[in-house]
Amino acid sequence: MLEKPILDPYETEDLEIRLFLEAVKEYYGYDFTHYARASLRRRILGHKEVEGVDSVSQLVPLLFEDPHFFDRFLHTMSITVTSMFRNTDVFLFLRETVLPKLSTYPFINIWHAGCATGEEAYAMAILLEEEGLLNRSNIYATDYNKDALSVASKAIYPLDNMKEYTENYIKSGGRGNFIDYYQARYDSVKFSSRLSDHITFVQHNLMNDQVFTQAHLVLCRNVLIYFDQNLQNRVLDLLQESLVSRGFLVIGDRETLDFSSSSNAFETFSQSNRVYRKLAFAKT
Amino acid sequence: MQRHEGESAPRSVVNRLGKIVAIGVSSGGFRALERILIEIPSSFPHSILIVQHIAIDAGGYMVEYLNSCSALEIGFVDAGAVICCGHVYFAPPGYHLLAEREGTLSLSIDPPVNFSIPSVDVLFESVARAFGERVIGVILTGANADGAKGLSLIKKNRGTAIVQDPSVSDAKQMPTHALESTDVDHVFSLEEIAAYLVNLK
Repeated sequence: MLEKPILDPYETEDLEIRLFLEAVKEYYGYDFTHYARASLRRRILGHKEVEGVDSVSQLVPLLFEDPHFFDRFLHTMSITVTSMFRNTDVFLFLRETVLPKLSTYPFINIWHAGCATGEEAYAMAILLEEEGLLNRSNIYATDYNKDALSVASKAIYPLDNMKEYTENYIKSGGRGNFIDYYQARYDSVKFSSRLSDHITFVQHNLMNDQVFTQAHLVLCRNVLIYFDQNLQNRVLDLLQESLVSRGFLVIGDRETLDFSSSSNAFETFSQSNRVYRKLAFAKT
Repeated sequence: MQRHEGESAPRSVVNRLGKIVAIGVSSGGFRALERILIEIPSSFPHSILIVQHIAIDAGGYMVEYLNSCSALEIGFVDAGAVICCGHVYFAPPGYHLLAEREGTLSLSIDPPVNFSIPSVDVLFESVARAFGERVIGVILTGANADGAKGLSLIKKNRGTAIVQDPSVSDAKQMPTHALESTDVDHVFSLEEIAAYLVNLK
């Protein structure tokens, strides 16, 4: 007589997810095993629907046999809600309090880690332009997803979003007319090359790539929320190493360094805006 | 704070959590939540997770007010927070709230579900999976269908399903959709929901 499985349906599904992620890791070198589990599970189950298969296990053969499968999976893994000047208070604080401190440097390097489709990188460039710093600034905007980066480097976004972005721009202390930064054509807009000239979009994977710049300001907003504590620690170490002494780190407005091993390398610069500053003698 | 690794929650973690009361509410929610939360004493041995549909730029006024007039600790969730009894955790505007089996809370900026971020279905689905029969799902007033699917999943995982009586709800749609999707345990007024939670063992 056959033995019955000892796992309940959810445990079985968790096992299938682990096996699938192991295959992804071995075959493509992308390690999602340290992602926060609840949202990871939602995405994988969502992708199961996209592929029209009945179980997570059935994704494994696709990984080996369908050359386009992994691109589709990466796309599912990297969809997030992003916008310009999301959390207007944070951008107002950057404009009024952080940028004046950065203005003492002859040249300003900004690393935007996990920039997705790039909206916030352009928002940052607008801030720098209006504070008279853009000419001596470079924004390195990175993401692991090359499709997202290709959207970002085109600087083309739906016209429908501009109403919300304009409102956000004004609330975050915008000094000009938001409409001056883009040209509208049919139902999309293209942001000015004046902004994109100072942004370099680069593929970089926080999970396993190394530091590539010395930054005065690092933005990494709503990226850590997708990672478990181990991966958060790794990423925060990386961000910390890439910062100059007394450099600034900005994370998402509901993220915290409290649970992280890197927290002792930083002082809190603004708790409500989640802006931290690297200590002068932080261990690197 | 110590975080727990591993695939399944150690028994001690699950016990420390008590029951998990997950509440989904939309329009008319402020008054409904006030009437419930004000009744619950600080000795409440369980935790409450709440998704209320609010605009992304809504200030923290409502949560601050509720915290000031309730005996419980009430606030927006920071990613990675550990669930503690006697606390009320609100999904922050613009984020989905999810529970992990180890007893921590996660946030995501995944696309809206049922046009909503935070979404009640996302929270309910995750607590149903993480905590099974320890979950009490509650649907209050609201003018959409968010939460109906999640409540049926809570019930399917042997949790308890409670819906505010639509005839006494500010907006009837959310309770009505929930009643259509799920064979619920209780249809209660706000006073009855408060009394039920106060007496929850």
